[in-house]
Amino acid sequence: MRKVITGNHATAYGAKLSRPGVISAYPITPQTTIVEHIADFIADGELSCEFVKVESEHSAMAACISAQNTGARTFTATSAHGLALMHEMLMWAAAGRLPIVMVNVNRAMGPPWSIWADHLDSVAQRDTGWMQVYCEDNQEILDTTIMSFKVGESRDVLMPTMIAEDAFYLSHTVEPVDIPDQEDVDAFLPPYDPPFKLDVDDPKGFGSLVMPNNYMEFRYLMKLALDRARERIVEVDREFEEAFGRSHGGLVDLYRCEDAEYLIVAVGTTSSTVREVVDQLRSEGEKVGLARIRVFRPFPVDEVRAMVRGVKGVAVLDRVYSFGAFGPFYTELIAALYGQDERPVIKDYLVGIGGRDVRSKHIRDIYSNLKAVTRDGLDSETEWIDLNRPGGGA
Amino acid sequence: MDLIEIRFHGRGGQGAVIASRLLAEAAFIEGKDVQAFPFFGVERRGAPVTAFTKIDDRPIRIKSEIYEPDHVIVLDTALLGYIDVVQGLKPGGRVLINCPLERAAQYRARSKAPIDAVDGTGIAIGHGLGSRESPIVNTSMLGAFARSSGLVGIDAVAEAIRRQVRRKVEANIEAARDAHDRVDTMEG
Repeated sequence: MRKVITGNHATAYGAKLSRPGVISAYPITPQTTIVEHIADFIADGELSCEFVKVESEHSAMAACISAQNTGARTFTATSAHGLALMHEMLMWAAAGRLPIVMVNVNRAMGPPWSIWADHLDSVAQRDTGWMQVYCEDNQEILDTTIMSFKVGESRDVLMPTMIAEDAFYLSHTVEPVDIPDQEDVDAFLPPYDPPFKLDVDDPKGFGSLVMPNNYMEFRYLMKLALDRARERIVEVDREFEEAFGRSHGGLVDLYRCEDAEYLIVAVGTTSSTVREVVDQLRSEGEKVGLARIRVFRPFPVDEVRAMVRGVKGVAVLDRVYSFGAFGPFYTELIAALYGQDERPVIKDYLVGIGGRDVRSKHIRDIYSNLKAVTRDGLDSETEWIDLNRPGGGA
Repeated sequence: MDLIEIRFHGRGGQGAVIASRLLAEAAFIEGKDVQAFPFFGVERRGAPVTAFTKIDDRPIRIKSEIYEPDHVIVLDTALLGYIDVVQGLKPGGRVLINCPLERAAQYRARSKAPIDAVDGTGIAIGHGLGSRESPIVNTSMLGAFARSSGLVGIDAVAEAIRRQVRRKVEANIEAARDAHDRVDTMEG
Protein backbone atom coordinates (compact mmCIF):
# COMPACT_ATOMS: atom_id res chain seq x y z
CA MET A 1 0.00 0.00 0.00
CA ARG A 2 1.42 3.40 -0.96
CA LYS A 3 0.73 6.30 1.39
CA VAL A 4 1.83 9.94 1.42
CA ILE A 5 3.58 10.23 4.79
CA THR A 6 6.40 12.00 6.62
CA GLY A 7 9.77 10.44 7.38
CA ASN A 8 8.76 10.22 11.02
CA HIS A 9 5.57 8.37 10.09
CA ALA A 10 7.63 6.04 7.85
CA THR A 11 9.93 5.45 10.83
CA ALA A 12 6.98 4.44 12.99
CA TYR A 13 5.73 2.08 10.26
CA GLY A 14 9.21 0.55 9.96
CA ALA A 15 9.31 -0.04 13.70
CA LYS A 16 5.77 -1.47 13.79
CA LEU A 17 6.38 -3.87 10.90
CA SER A 18 9.52 -5.18 12.64
CA ARG A 19 7.39 -6.34 15.60
CA PRO A 20 9.54 -5.03 18.48
CA GLY A 21 8.72 -6.40 21.93
CA VAL A 22 9.72 -3.20 23.73
CA ILE A 23 9.99 0.43 22.66
CA SER A 24 11.29 3.11 24.99
CA ALA A 25 11.75 6.69 23.86
CA TYR A 26 11.71 10.24 25.15
CA PRO A 27 10.26 12.98 22.90
CA ILE A 28 12.47 15.70 21.40
CA THR A 29 11.92 17.98 18.41
CA PRO A 30 12.00 16.96 15.54
CA GLN A 31 11.67 13.31 16.59
CA THR A 32 8.48 13.78 18.63
CA THR A 33 5.98 12.65 15.99
CA ILE A 34 7.75 9.27 15.76
CA VAL A 35 6.81 8.65 19.38
CA GLU A 36 3.29 9.99 18.75
CA HIS A 37 2.71 7.71 15.75
CA ILE A 38 4.00 4.70 17.69
CA ALA A 39 1.71 5.61 20.62
CA ASP A 40 -1.21 5.77 18.14
CA PHE A 41 -0.34 2.34 16.73
CA ILE A 42 -0.28 0.86 20.23
CA ALA A 43 -3.48 2.65 21.31
CA ASP A 44 -5.28 1.50 18.15
CA GLY A 45 -4.22 -2.09 18.80
CA GLU A 46 -2.17 -2.22 15.58
CA LEU A 47 1.09 -2.78 17.46
CA SER A 48 1.40 -5.22 20.33
CA CYS A 49 4.44 -4.02 22.23
CA GLU A 50 5.42 -2.66 25.60
CA PHE A 51 6.12 1.08 25.50
CA VAL A 52 8.28 2.14 28.45
CA LYS A 53 7.87 5.80 29.39
CA VAL A 54 11.04 7.30 30.80
CA GLU A 55 12.33 10.62 32.10
CA SER A 56 15.31 11.00 29.75
CA GLU A 57 17.06 9.58 26.70
CA HIS A 58 19.75 8.06 28.91
CA SER A 59 16.98 6.06 30.60
CA ALA A 60 15.33 5.25 27.25
CA MET A 61 18.51 3.56 26.06
CA ALA A 62 18.99 1.90 29.46
CA ALA A 63 15.45 0.47 29.15
CA CYS A 64 16.20 -0.81 25.64
CA ILE A 65 19.44 -2.41 26.83
CA SER A 66 17.68 -4.13 29.75
CA ALA A 67 14.81 -5.36 27.62
CA GLN A 68 17.08 -6.53 24.81
CA ASN A 69 19.15 -8.42 27.38
CA THR A 70 16.06 -10.47 28.26
CA GLY A 71 15.71 -11.47 24.59
CA ALA A 72 13.24 -8.81 23.42
CA ARG A 73 13.67 -6.94 20.13
CA THR A 74 13.80 -3.23 20.98
CA PHE A 75 13.53 0.07 19.15
CA THR A 76 13.99 3.72 20.05
CA ALA A 77 14.29 7.10 18.40
CA THR A 78 15.91 10.36 19.37
CA SER A 79 17.70 13.45 18.08
CA ALA A 80 20.65 15.75 18.81
CA HIS A 81 20.83 16.55 22.54
CA GLY A 82 18.84 13.41 23.29
CA LEU A 83 21.42 11.32 21.45
CA ALA A 84 24.24 13.13 23.25
CA LEU A 85 22.63 12.32 26.60
CA MET A 86 22.57 8.63 25.57
CA HIS A 87 26.28 8.58 24.85
CA GLU A 88 27.32 6.41 27.77
CA MET A 89 24.48 3.94 27.19
CA LEU A 90 25.34 3.67 23.47
CA MET A 91 28.63 2.08 24.47
CA TRP A 92 26.86 -0.34 26.82
CA ALA A 93 24.50 -1.38 24.02
CA ALA A 94 27.26 -1.95 21.47
CA ALA A 95 29.74 -3.70 23.74
CA GLY A 96 26.85 -5.69 25.23
CA ARG A 97 26.35 -6.97 21.65
CA LEU A 98 22.69 -5.94 21.66
CA PRO A 99 21.28 -5.35 18.14
CA ILE A 100 18.99 -2.49 19.15
CA VAL A 101 17.75 -0.32 16.26
CA MET A 102 17.44 3.42 16.77
CA VAL A 103 16.39 6.19 14.42
CA ASN A 104 18.20 9.46 15.07
CA VAL A 105 16.65 12.53 13.47
CA ASN A 106 19.77 14.49 12.54
CA ARG A 107 19.59 17.89 14.19
CA ALA A 108 22.20 20.53 14.97
CA MET A 109 23.67 20.73 18.47
CA GLY A 110 23.30 23.92 20.52
CA PRO A 111 24.29 26.49 21.37
CA PRO A 112 23.17 28.53 19.56
CA TRP A 113 19.92 26.61 19.83
CA SER A 114 18.85 24.99 16.55
CA ILE A 115 16.40 22.30 15.55
CA TRP A 116 17.52 21.97 11.92
CA ALA A 117 19.40 19.34 9.91
CA ASP A 118 23.07 18.70 10.68
CA HIS A 119 25.14 15.54 11.06
CA LEU A 120 27.22 16.46 14.13
CA ASP A 121 24.91 14.64 16.54
CA SER A 122 25.33 11.20 14.95
CA VAL A 123 28.91 11.63 13.71
CA ALA A 124 29.94 12.52 17.29
CA GLN A 125 28.85 8.95 18.22
CA ARG A 126 31.11 7.45 15.56
CA ASP A 127 33.31 5.36 17.86
CA THR A 128 30.62 3.85 20.09
CA GLY A 129 30.46 0.68 17.96
CA TRP A 130 27.01 1.41 16.49
CA MET A 131 26.50 0.92 12.79
CA GLN A 132 25.33 4.13 11.10
CA VAL A 133 23.13 4.31 7.99
CA TYR A 134 22.23 7.70 6.45
CA CYS A 135 18.96 7.87 4.50
CA GLU A 136 18.03 9.83 1.39
CA ASP A 137 14.23 9.54 1.41
CA ASN A 138 11.30 8.36 3.53
CA GLN A 139 11.07 4.97 1.82
CA GLU A 140 14.66 4.26 2.73
CA ILE A 141 14.01 4.97 6.43
CA LEU A 142 11.16 2.46 6.58
CA ASP A 143 13.06 -0.20 4.64
CA THR A 144 16.33 0.37 6.52
CA THR A 145 14.60 -0.04 9.87
CA ILE A 146 13.47 -3.52 8.86
CA MET A 147 16.84 -4.39 7.26
CA SER A 148 18.83 -3.14 10.28
CA PHE A 149 17.16 -5.62 12.63
CA LYS A 150 18.11 -8.41 10.24
CA VAL A 151 21.72 -7.25 9.85
CA GLY A 152 22.23 -6.54 13.55
CA GLU A 153 20.63 -9.76 14.75
CA SER A 154 22.83 -11.94 12.52
CA ARG A 155 24.69 -14.30 14.85
CA ASP A 156 28.03 -13.20 13.39
CA VAL A 157 27.23 -9.49 13.85
CA LEU A 158 25.12 -8.82 16.99
CA MET A 159 25.62 -5.06 16.94
CA PRO A 160 23.18 -2.13 17.16
CA THR A 161 22.26 0.22 14.30
CA MET A 162 21.62 3.96 14.25
CA ILE A 163 19.56 5.10 11.26
CA ALA A 164 20.12 8.75 10.43
CA GLU A 165 17.22 10.82 9.09
CA ASP A 166 17.71 14.52 8.22
CA ALA A 167 15.54 16.83 10.33
CA PHE A 168 12.60 18.35 8.45
CA TYR A 169 13.89 17.38 4.98
CA LEU A 170 12.66 13.89 5.89
CA SER A 171 11.13 14.04 9.37
CA HIS A 172 8.42 16.57 8.46
CA THR A 173 8.19 16.16 4.68
CA VAL A 174 5.49 13.95 3.15
CA GLU A 175 6.32 11.79 0.14
CA PRO A 176 4.72 8.65 -1.30
CA VAL A 177 5.99 5.61 0.63
CA ASP A 178 5.24 1.96 -0.06
CA ILE A 179 4.26 0.23 3.18
CA PRO A 180 4.98 -3.50 2.89
CA ASP A 181 2.46 -6.10 4.06
CA GLN A 182 3.11 -7.50 7.53
CA GLU A 183 3.22 -11.08 6.26
CA ASP A 184 5.96 -10.19 3.75
CA VAL A 185 8.01 -8.49 6.47
CA ASP A 186 7.47 -11.51 8.75
CA ALA A 187 8.81 -13.77 5.99
CA PHE A 188 11.85 -11.51 5.56
CA LEU A 189 12.61 -10.83 9.22
CA PRO A 190 12.38 -13.87 11.52
CA PRO A 191 11.79 -13.37 15.28
CA TYR A 192 14.81 -12.29 17.34
CA ASP A 193 16.64 -15.34 18.60
CA PRO A 194 19.67 -14.24 20.63
CA PRO A 195 22.48 -16.69 21.43
CA PHE A 196 22.52 -15.48 25.04
CA LYS A 197 20.03 -13.67 27.29
CA LEU A 198 19.04 -13.14 30.91
CA ASP A 199 17.34 -16.31 32.00
CA VAL A 200 16.66 -17.35 35.63
CA ASP A 201 16.91 -21.01 34.62
CA ASP A 202 20.27 -20.50 32.98
CA PRO A 203 22.04 -17.74 34.94
CA LYS A 204 24.85 -15.76 33.31
CA GLY A 205 26.63 -12.53 34.11
CA PHE A 206 26.76 -9.57 31.72
CA GLY A 207 29.09 -6.58 31.63
CA SER A 208 31.15 -7.49 34.69
CA LEU A 209 34.77 -6.52 35.36
CA VAL A 210 37.32 -7.90 32.92
CA MET A 211 41.08 -7.76 33.51
CA PRO A 212 43.49 -6.40 30.90
CA ASN A 213 44.36 -9.95 29.84
CA ASN A 214 40.83 -10.32 28.40
CA TYR A 215 39.40 -6.84 27.64
CA MET A 216 41.27 -6.42 24.37
CA GLU A 217 39.75 -9.62 22.97
CA PHE A 218 36.23 -8.27 23.58
CA ARG A 219 37.14 -5.23 21.49
CA TYR A 220 38.71 -7.40 18.81
CA LEU A 221 35.48 -9.39 18.55
CA MET A 222 33.59 -6.13 17.99
CA LYS A 223 36.02 -5.26 15.20
CA LEU A 224 35.35 -8.64 13.58
CA ALA A 225 31.60 -8.12 13.99
CA LEU A 226 31.60 -4.80 12.14
CA ASP A 227 33.93 -6.21 9.46
CA ARG A 228 31.39 -8.98 8.93
CA ALA A 229 28.56 -6.40 8.99
CA ARG A 230 30.06 -4.81 5.86
CA GLU A 231 29.21 -7.99 3.95
CA ARG A 232 25.96 -8.58 5.81
CA ILE A 233 24.57 -5.13 4.95
CA VAL A 234 25.11 -5.82 1.24
CA GLU A 235 23.65 -9.35 1.51
CA VAL A 236 20.55 -8.15 3.37
CA ASP A 237 20.08 -5.30 0.87
CA ARG A 238 20.04 -7.94 -1.91
CA GLU A 239 17.63 -10.15 0.04
CA PHE A 240 15.41 -7.12 0.57
CA GLU A 241 15.45 -6.37 -3.15
CA GLU A 242 14.44 -9.95 -3.93
CA ALA A 243 11.57 -9.76 -1.45
CA PHE A 244 10.34 -6.20 -2.02
CA GLY A 245 11.78 -5.09 -5.38
CA ARG A 246 13.84 -2.19 -4.01
CA SER A 247 17.52 -1.77 -3.21
CA HIS A 248 18.99 1.20 -1.39
CA GLY A 249 22.54 0.63 -2.55
CA GLY A 250 24.17 -1.35 0.24
CA LEU A 251 27.20 0.53 1.57
CA VAL A 252 27.76 3.11 -1.18
CA ASP A 253 24.97 4.05 -3.56
CA LEU A 254 26.52 4.87 -6.95
CA TYR A 255 24.56 6.90 -9.51
CA ARG A 256 25.85 7.44 -13.08
CA CYS A 257 29.44 6.78 -11.99
CA GLU A 258 30.34 4.28 -14.75
CA ASP A 259 32.57 6.50 -16.90
CA ALA A 260 32.65 9.44 -14.50
CA GLU A 261 35.72 11.70 -14.39
CA TYR A 262 34.30 13.58 -11.40
CA LEU A 263 32.41 12.31 -8.36
CA ILE A 264 30.24 14.19 -5.93
CA VAL A 265 30.22 12.36 -2.61
CA ALA A 266 27.13 13.18 -0.55
CA VAL A 267 25.33 11.94 2.56
CA GLY A 268 21.62 11.96 3.47
CA THR A 269 19.08 14.18 1.71
CA THR A 270 21.68 16.35 -0.02
CA SER A 271 22.26 13.29 -2.22
CA SER A 272 18.77 13.56 -3.64
CA THR A 273 19.39 17.10 -4.90
CA VAL A 274 22.83 16.03 -6.21
CA ARG A 275 21.13 13.20 -8.14
CA GLU A 276 18.99 15.74 -10.00
CA VAL A 277 21.99 18.01 -10.69
CA VAL A 278 24.04 15.03 -11.96
CA ASP A 279 21.28 14.41 -14.52
CA GLN A 280 21.39 18.08 -15.57
CA LEU A 281 25.19 18.05 -15.88
CA ARG A 282 25.17 14.73 -17.76
CA SER A 283 22.71 16.20 -20.27
CA GLU A 284 25.23 19.01 -20.76
CA GLY A 285 27.92 16.44 -21.56
CA GLU A 286 29.69 16.46 -18.19
CA LYS A 287 31.11 13.15 -16.97
CA VAL A 288 29.99 13.31 -13.35
CA GLY A 289 28.34 10.90 -10.93
CA LEU A 290 26.97 10.76 -7.40
CA ALA A 291 28.55 8.48 -4.79
CA ARG A 292 26.25 8.46 -1.78
CA ILE A 293 27.97 7.20 1.37
CA ARG A 294 25.03 5.33 2.86
CA VAL A 295 26.85 3.53 5.64
CA PHE A 296 29.37 5.47 7.75
CA ARG A 297 30.08 2.63 10.20
CA PRO A 298 31.32 0.16 9.14
CA PHE A 299 33.09 2.46 6.69
CA PRO A 300 32.99 1.11 3.12
CA VAL A 301 36.75 1.12 2.55
CA ASP A 302 36.87 -1.25 -0.45
CA GLU A 303 33.90 0.39 -2.17
CA VAL A 304 35.46 3.84 -1.79
CA ARG A 305 38.76 2.57 -3.24
CA ALA A 306 36.95 0.99 -6.19
CA MET A 307 34.72 3.96 -6.96
CA VAL A 308 37.55 6.44 -7.53
CA ARG A 309 39.36 4.34 -10.17
CA GLY A 310 39.69 6.46 -13.30
CA VAL A 311 38.25 9.50 -11.51
CA LYS A 312 40.10 12.85 -11.72
CA GLY A 313 38.35 14.88 -9.03
CA VAL A 314 36.12 14.20 -6.02
CA ALA A 315 33.97 16.72 -4.14
CA VAL A 316 32.95 15.60 -0.66
CA LEU A 317 29.88 17.34 0.76
CA ASP A 318 30.08 17.34 4.55
CA ARG A 319 27.10 18.48 6.65
CA VAL A 320 29.32 18.42 9.74
CA TYR A 321 32.76 19.70 10.64
CA SER A 322 35.32 18.29 13.05
CA PHE A 323 36.74 21.41 14.66
CA GLY A 324 40.47 21.64 14.29
CA ALA A 325 40.48 19.14 11.43
CA PHE A 326 38.22 18.63 8.38
CA GLY A 327 34.76 17.35 7.55
CA PRO A 328 34.55 13.78 8.92
CA PHE A 329 33.38 12.13 5.70
CA TYR A 330 36.29 13.77 3.85
CA THR A 331 38.74 12.53 6.49
CA GLU A 332 37.44 8.97 6.20
CA LEU A 333 37.61 9.10 2.43
CA ILE A 334 41.20 10.31 2.20
CA ALA A 335 42.25 7.86 4.92
CA ALA A 336 40.82 4.99 2.84
CA LEU A 337 42.64 6.21 -0.28
CA TYR A 338 46.06 6.94 1.18
CA GLY A 339 48.57 4.47 -0.19
CA GLN A 340 46.47 3.66 -3.23
CA ASP A 341 48.15 3.98 -6.62
CA GLU A 342 45.38 6.13 -7.98
CA ARG A 343 44.43 9.15 -5.92
CA PRO A 344 42.18 11.80 -7.46
CA VAL A 345 42.10 15.44 -6.37
CA ILE A 346 39.75 15.56 -3.38
CA LYS A 347 38.21 18.67 -1.87
CA ASP A 348 35.90 19.02 1.13
CA TYR A 349 32.86 21.30 0.85
CA LEU A 350 30.97 22.18 4.04
CA VAL A 351 27.28 22.50 3.23
CA GLY A 352 23.95 22.74 5.02
CA ILE A 353 25.34 23.12 8.53
CA GLY A 354 22.46 23.75 10.96
CA GLY A 355 19.85 23.28 8.24
CA ARG A 356 21.17 25.89 5.78
CA ASP A 357 19.31 24.97 2.60
CA VAL A 358 21.48 23.19 0.01
CA ARG A 359 20.19 24.16 -3.43
CA SER A 360 20.91 22.96 -6.95
CA LYS A 361 22.87 26.12 -7.67
CA HIS A 362 25.24 25.36 -4.78
CA ILE A 363 25.92 21.87 -6.18
CA ARG A 364 26.57 23.34 -9.64
CA ASP A 365 28.99 25.90 -8.16
CA ILE A 366 30.79 23.14 -6.27
CA TYR A 367 31.11 21.11 -9.45
CA SER A 368 32.60 24.08 -11.33
CA ASN A 369 35.04 24.67 -8.51
CA LEU A 370 36.00 20.99 -8.40
CA LYS A 371 36.83 21.04 -12.12
CA ALA A 372 38.93 24.16 -11.66
CA VAL A 373 40.95 22.81 -8.72
CA THR A 374 41.42 19.48 -10.49
CA ARG A 375 42.90 21.36 -13.42
CA ASP A 376 44.85 24.06 -11.55
CA GLY A 377 45.61 22.40 -8.20
CA LEU A 378 43.88 22.64 -4.82
CA ASP A 379 43.41 26.14 -3.42
CA SER A 380 42.47 24.77 0.01
CA GLU A 381 41.38 21.42 1.42
CA THR A 382 38.07 22.72 2.72
CA GLU A 383 35.61 25.36 1.59
CA TRP A 384 32.49 26.53 3.44
CA ILE A 385 29.62 27.03 0.98
CA ASP A 386 26.99 29.80 1.15
CA LEU A 387 28.60 31.46 4.15
CA ASN A 388 27.27 34.90 5.13
CA ARG A 389 30.29 37.16 5.23
CA PRO A 390 31.69 40.03 3.20
CA GLY A 391 32.38 38.76 -0.28
CA GLY A 392 30.75 35.40 0.48
CA GLY A 393 32.47 32.05 -0.09
CA ALA A 394 35.38 30.85 1.99
CA MET B 1 3.56 18.22 -16.41
CA ASP B 2 6.85 19.76 -15.25
CA LEU B 3 7.48 20.47 -11.58
CA ILE B 4 4.83 22.77 -10.09
CA GLU B 5 5.53 24.45 -6.76
CA ILE B 6 2.85 25.90 -4.47
CA ARG B 7 3.40 28.08 -1.40
CA PHE B 8 0.80 28.52 1.36
CA HIS B 9 0.73 31.51 3.72
CA GLY B 10 -1.40 31.23 6.83
CA ARG B 11 -1.36 31.40 10.59
CA GLY B 12 -0.85 28.58 13.05
CA GLY B 13 -4.31 27.07 13.60
CA GLN B 14 -5.77 27.80 10.15
CA GLY B 15 -4.50 24.54 8.73
CA ALA B 16 -1.90 25.68 6.17
CA VAL B 17 0.38 22.70 6.81
CA ILE B 18 -2.55 20.27 6.55
CA ALA B 19 -3.64 22.07 3.36
CA SER B 20 -0.20 21.51 1.82
CA ARG B 21 -0.45 17.80 2.67
CA LEU B 22 -4.03 17.46 1.41
CA LEU B 23 -3.00 19.03 -1.89
CA ALA B 24 -0.12 16.56 -2.16
CA GLU B 25 -2.49 13.69 -1.36
CA ALA B 26 -4.98 14.87 -4.01
CA ALA B 27 -2.26 15.08 -6.68
CA PHE B 28 -0.92 11.67 -5.56
CA ILE B 29 -4.43 10.22 -6.01
CA GLU B 30 -4.28 11.53 -9.59
CA GLY B 31 -1.00 9.67 -10.17
CA LYS B 32 1.56 12.42 -9.58
CA ASP B 33 4.72 12.36 -7.51
CA VAL B 34 4.42 14.78 -4.62
CA GLN B 35 6.25 16.36 -1.70
CA ALA B 36 4.86 18.67 0.98
CA PHE B 37 6.49 20.26 3.99
CA PRO B 38 6.11 23.20 6.36
CA PHE B 39 8.62 26.02 6.40
CA PHE B 40 11.22 24.48 8.65
CA GLY B 41 10.41 26.67 11.61
CA VAL B 42 8.71 26.56 14.95
CA GLU B 43 4.92 26.60 14.64
CA ARG B 44 2.71 28.37 17.14
CA ARG B 45 -0.98 29.17 17.09
CA GLY B 46 -1.51 32.59 15.52
CA ALA B 47 2.05 32.98 14.23
CA PRO B 48 2.65 33.23 10.48
CA VAL B 49 3.07 29.80 8.90
CA THR B 50 4.42 28.95 5.47
CA ALA B 51 3.97 25.54 3.87
CA PHE B 52 4.90 24.09 0.50
CA THR B 53 3.70 21.48 -1.98
CA LYS B 54 5.58 20.16 -5.02
CA ILE B 55 3.80 18.23 -7.78
CA ASP B 56 5.41 16.55 -10.80
CA ASP B 57 4.86 13.75 -13.30
CA ARG B 58 8.49 12.70 -12.72
CA PRO B 59 10.03 11.66 -9.38
CA ILE B 60 10.75 14.77 -7.29
CA ARG B 61 14.36 14.71 -6.11
CA ILE B 62 15.29 18.28 -5.30
CA LYS B 63 15.17 18.39 -1.50
CA SER B 64 15.39 22.11 -0.93
CA GLU B 65 12.80 24.73 -0.08
CA ILE B 66 10.68 26.59 -2.66
CA TYR B 67 11.98 29.99 -3.75
CA GLU B 68 10.08 30.56 -7.00
CA PRO B 69 6.53 29.22 -6.60
CA ASP B 70 4.12 28.78 -9.50
CA HIS B 71 1.18 29.44 -7.18
CA VAL B 72 0.63 31.21 -3.89
CA ILE B 73 -2.32 30.62 -1.57
CA VAL B 74 -3.05 33.17 1.17
CA LEU B 75 -5.24 31.90 3.99
CA ASP B 76 -5.26 35.17 5.97
CA THR B 77 -5.40 38.62 4.35
CA ALA B 78 -3.91 40.27 7.47
CA LEU B 79 -0.59 38.69 6.43
CA LEU B 80 -0.60 40.80 3.26
CA GLY B 81 0.25 43.86 5.35
CA TYR B 82 3.69 42.63 6.32
CA ILE B 83 4.61 39.55 4.31
CA ASP B 84 5.57 39.82 0.66
CA VAL B 85 3.46 36.86 -0.43
CA VAL B 86 4.36 37.24 -4.13
CA GLN B 87 8.11 37.09 -3.47
CA GLY B 88 9.75 34.93 -6.13
CA LEU B 89 6.41 34.20 -7.85
CA LYS B 90 7.16 32.87 -11.34
CA PRO B 91 6.00 34.90 -14.36
CA GLY B 92 2.50 33.65 -15.12
CA GLY B 93 2.06 32.55 -11.50
CA ARG B 94 -1.28 32.97 -9.75
CA VAL B 95 -2.31 34.13 -6.29
CA LEU B 96 -5.40 32.80 -4.49
CA ILE B 97 -6.56 34.98 -1.60
CA ASN B 98 -9.08 34.21 1.14
CA CYS B 99 -11.45 37.18 0.69
CA PRO B 100 -14.35 38.33 -1.50
CA LEU B 101 -13.28 39.54 -4.96
CA GLU B 102 -14.22 43.18 -4.29
CA ARG B 103 -11.78 43.27 -1.37
CA ALA B 104 -9.09 41.47 -3.38
CA ALA B 105 -8.90 44.45 -5.75
CA GLN B 106 -6.91 46.48 -3.22
CA TYR B 107 -4.08 43.93 -3.34
CA ARG B 108 -3.64 44.32 -7.07
CA ALA B 109 -1.25 47.22 -6.65
CA ARG B 110 1.34 44.88 -5.16
CA SER B 111 1.57 42.49 -8.03
CA LYS B 112 0.62 42.13 -11.65
CA ALA B 113 -0.10 38.46 -11.03
CA PRO B 114 -3.63 37.23 -11.68
CA ILE B 115 -5.61 37.09 -8.44
CA ASP B 116 -8.25 34.53 -7.60
CA ALA B 117 -10.46 35.21 -4.63
CA VAL B 118 -12.87 33.21 -2.52
CA ASP B 119 -14.56 33.94 0.78
CA GLY B 120 -12.97 30.92 2.47
CA THR B 121 -13.68 32.33 5.93
CA GLY B 122 -17.41 32.74 5.25
CA ILE B 123 -17.61 29.28 3.70
CA ALA B 124 -15.72 27.63 6.60
CA ILE B 125 -17.97 29.33 9.18
CA GLY B 126 -21.03 28.33 7.15
CA HIS B 127 -19.97 24.69 7.37
CA GLY B 128 -19.14 24.86 11.09
CA LEU B 129 -15.37 24.46 10.65
CA GLY B 130 -13.57 25.96 13.62
CA SER B 131 -15.19 28.87 15.44
CA ARG B 132 -16.44 32.23 14.17
CA GLU B 133 -13.36 33.83 15.75
CA SER B 134 -10.88 31.33 14.37
CA PRO B 135 -12.35 29.43 11.42
CA ILE B 136 -10.36 26.58 9.85
CA VAL B 137 -10.23 27.64 6.23
CA ASN B 138 -7.79 25.14 4.72
CA THR B 139 -10.27 22.80 3.02
CA SER B 140 -12.29 25.69 1.59
CA MET B 141 -9.16 27.26 0.15
CA LEU B 142 -8.08 23.92 -1.31
CA GLY B 143 -11.45 23.46 -3.04
CA ALA B 144 -11.11 26.93 -4.53
CA PHE B 145 -7.53 26.21 -5.58
CA ALA B 146 -8.58 23.05 -7.42
CA ARG B 147 -10.78 25.27 -9.59
CA SER B 148 -8.52 28.32 -9.97
CA SER B 149 -5.34 26.36 -10.74
CA GLY B 150 -6.79 23.39 -12.59
CA LEU B 151 -3.97 21.34 -11.04
CA VAL B 152 -6.16 18.79 -9.30
CA GLY B 153 -9.79 17.74 -9.59
CA ILE B 154 -12.27 18.51 -6.81
CA ASP B 155 -13.08 14.81 -6.50
CA ALA B 156 -9.41 14.08 -5.71
CA VAL B 157 -9.49 16.85 -3.11
CA ALA B 158 -12.60 15.27 -1.57
CA GLU B 159 -10.91 11.86 -1.50
CA ALA B 160 -7.77 13.38 0.05
CA ILE B 161 -9.91 14.90 2.83
CA ARG B 162 -11.59 11.54 3.35
CA ARG B 163 -8.18 9.85 3.75
CA GLN B 164 -6.46 12.38 5.96
CA VAL B 165 -8.99 14.43 7.92
CA ARG B 166 -10.28 12.79 11.07
CA ARG B 167 -13.04 15.16 12.18
CA LYS B 168 -16.01 16.73 10.37
CA VAL B 169 -15.02 14.93 7.18
CA GLU B 170 -18.26 15.57 5.29
CA ALA B 171 -18.41 19.24 6.36
CA ASN B 172 -14.86 19.74 5.09
CA ILE B 173 -15.69 18.10 1.76
CA GLU B 174 -18.84 20.23 1.42
CA ALA B 175 -16.82 23.38 2.19
CA ALA B 176 -14.26 22.43 -0.46
CA ARG B 177 -17.00 21.82 -3.06
CA ASP B 178 -18.76 25.04 -2.07
CA ALA B 179 -15.56 27.09 -2.44
CA HIS B 180 -14.78 25.31 -5.71
CA ASP B 181 -18.04 26.68 -7.12
CA ARG B 182 -17.61 30.18 -5.72
CA VAL B 183 -14.06 31.21 -6.60
CA ASP B 184 -13.74 34.45 -8.64
CA THR B 185 -10.89 35.45 -10.90
CA MET B 186 -9.33 38.80 -11.67
CA GLU B 187 -6.89 38.39 -14.56
CA GLY B 188 -3.60 40.28 -14.48
